[in-house]
Amino acid sequence: MSKAVLMQGNEAAVEGAIAAGMRFFAGYPITPSTEIAEQSSLRLPQIGGKFIQMEDEISSIAAVLGASVAGVKAMTATSGPGFSLMQENIGYGVMAEIPCVIIDVQRAGPSTGLATSPSQGDYMQAKWGTHGDHPMIALSPSSVLETYTLIIRAFNLAEKYRTPVIFLMDEIVGHMREGVELPNPNDLIINHRKMSFHDGANKECYYVPEGKYVPAMKPFGQGERYNITGLAHDISGFPVNSNEIAGKLVTRLLDKVEKNVDNIVRVEEYLMDDAETAVVCFGGTARAAMDAVNAARAEGKKVGLFRPITVWPFPEKQLLARLPQLKNILMVEHNHGQMLLEVQRVTRCEKPVHFLGRVDGTVISPGDILAKLNEMEGVHHAE
Amino acid sequence: MPSDLIHEYMRIDHLPQIWCPGCGNGVIMCDVAVAIQELIDDQEYDFDRDDFVIVSGIGCSSRAAGYLDFNSIHTTHGRAIAFATGIKFANPKLNVIVLTGDGDCSAIGGNHLIHAARRNLGLTVICFNNDIYGMTGGQYSPTTPNGDKATTAPYGNVDRPFDIANLATGAGASFSARGDVFHARETTEIIKKAILHKGFSLVDVYSVCPTYYGRKNKKGDAVEMLKWQRDNLIPTARYYSMSEEERAGKKQIGILSFNDYPEYTEEYAKIIAACRKKAKK
Repeated sequence: MSKAVLMQGNEAAVEGAIAAGMRFFAGYPITPSTEIAEQSSLRLPQIGGKFIQMEDEISSIAAVLGASVAGVKAMTATSGPGFSLMQENIGYGVMAEIPCVIIDVQRAGPSTGLATSPSQGDYMQAKWGTHGDHPMIALSPSSVLETYTLIIRAFNLAEKYRTPVIFLMDEIVGHMREGVELPNPNDLIINHRKMSFHDGANKECYYVPEGKYVPAMKPFGQGERYNITGLAHDISGFPVNSNEIAGKLVTRLLDKVEKNVDNIVRVEEYLMDDAETAVVCFGGTARAAMDAVNAARAEGKKVGLFRPITVWPFPEKQLLARLPQLKNILMVEHNHGQMLLEVQRVTRCEKPVHFLGRVDGTVISPGDILAKLNEMEGVHHAE
Repeated sequence: MPSDLIHEYMRIDHLPQIWCPGCGNGVIMCDVAVAIQELIDDQEYDFDRDDFVIVSGIGCSSRAAGYLDFNSIHTTHGRAIAFATGIKFANPKLNVIVLTGDGDCSAIGGNHLIHAARRNLGLTVICFNNDIYGMTGGQYSPTTPNGDKATTAPYGNVDRPFDIANLATGAGASFSARGDVFHARETTEIIKKAILHKGFSLVDVYSVCPTYYGRKNKKGDAVEMLKWQRDNLIPTARYYSMSEEERAGKKQIGILSFNDYPEYTEEYAKIIAACRKKAKK
């Protein structure tokens, strides 16, 4: 471990990304993510990287995808309104299989909303913002240190599965300052995309060997001429009108994530071994929830914390594994109930699922969560 | 030799192309291929074929990227210039050529066009300008002349049109030019100069769309439309020899504005070098 430094969440995102090999950033200023662009503009040229401020978020994600095609690990950062603008090209990245990382430091919406206030209202947008059926990987950190380590994982997953990865931060973590001890760079695991097309005799750029899901990707300008398109395409990368080939492509894209879900999904479980109530939450909300769980435990209540770190795909298996021991679940999130829908879907509401949320831009406090836990207990006694 | 060109620089498995009979786009695609071929073959320069990247958006024009046998990327509607910016900035040794259309680059992608022109990052943008949205069946575009008809302007177009080459000049492009389908050889030479230009370059190439624009506006068949180009689009030397009266209703073909403003990736490389020098101290 190196010595402790005081660092902001947004700053940690940049330093973690650089440690992961990010050497290209394109972005557009937007609160509360702007520090990520500022820090990137300062740091990247120092290490031979490139920063460009584009004319909007649409061009920012487009430039990031272009840089990735040219072989450079690339990232952009934005918040709700800009994230909405990026959605079409995020879908392009999924379809054309271009790795990159998109940071969304969530703020209170809808629309311009409360620009400086925290929210987790983009949870569903992170998965369903772009059109069509598509896989999506989204990770959500709950501390400054985790922002640093988890964004490295975001790049690793993007490279490994050749797909855009959403790094779903919130204003709480983005603007939080904490003392952190950054890991030794030599201890980090860094993945890079597989670059050679030639698997046996096959030279097709989207060729995938039997039993595998991810094609190799060679940068433009390295002697392999090929075509990339957002249209349904065959393994040569050319548009096709064949329903069979289009269906196979989309199925493989979905399988790429679904068949590797155990490798992708991570959760944090805190005091869950004997828990009868699970507080489910993600991102910055987990800070208050952890406090509330400790306070409830001090009162003798069997409460634990279940925190998806991978928020898409939702950790279905992990939550289901806990379901038999639970009497009830409390979903806490800074929105009107978005991950709640996943919890209800996965558990089929076999146990009561309670909800605590906010849409007014204020922060849910440990006291709020504790009060809700007490209220739930009352409900069960009455039953 | 066109047939040699096709075998060497086009993906013959994907031909014939999808464009309508009489469409001007094939001629412009050929101009681009010939321009690249002549630059690669020219001993004076050191162009490597694999350093060419063709980037396109969405629309009739943008299908050209798939037919040209280079690294090619067919992106989203209006965003080709933005994707190209990322490719070129990430790897400045690449020669990045954007193939776009009047709707793609001046309507939905208009903001990217003017900012790329201002930024002067070394892209070459070739606009296949046919005055209409062809792929969707003939709606008016930002270059459809005022009063002309389109499927979304059944009573005549109320909008005033853009002149894309002048738009780029106004936005600060260091190289802005106009070409057309009839003057194929002249246009090829202009495209070569645009590729050789270090900063941002735009060539607005007037195409012909007999199927939609021509038919809706009684402009005749493809040959009639090309004759109009012959008579009304005038190469620079002749244009300058004409009187004001003779120029009425006619437009100049050639390089319209040229400057040697600093190129973006070269300027940024200086920042990287300065940061690294400072770090060493």
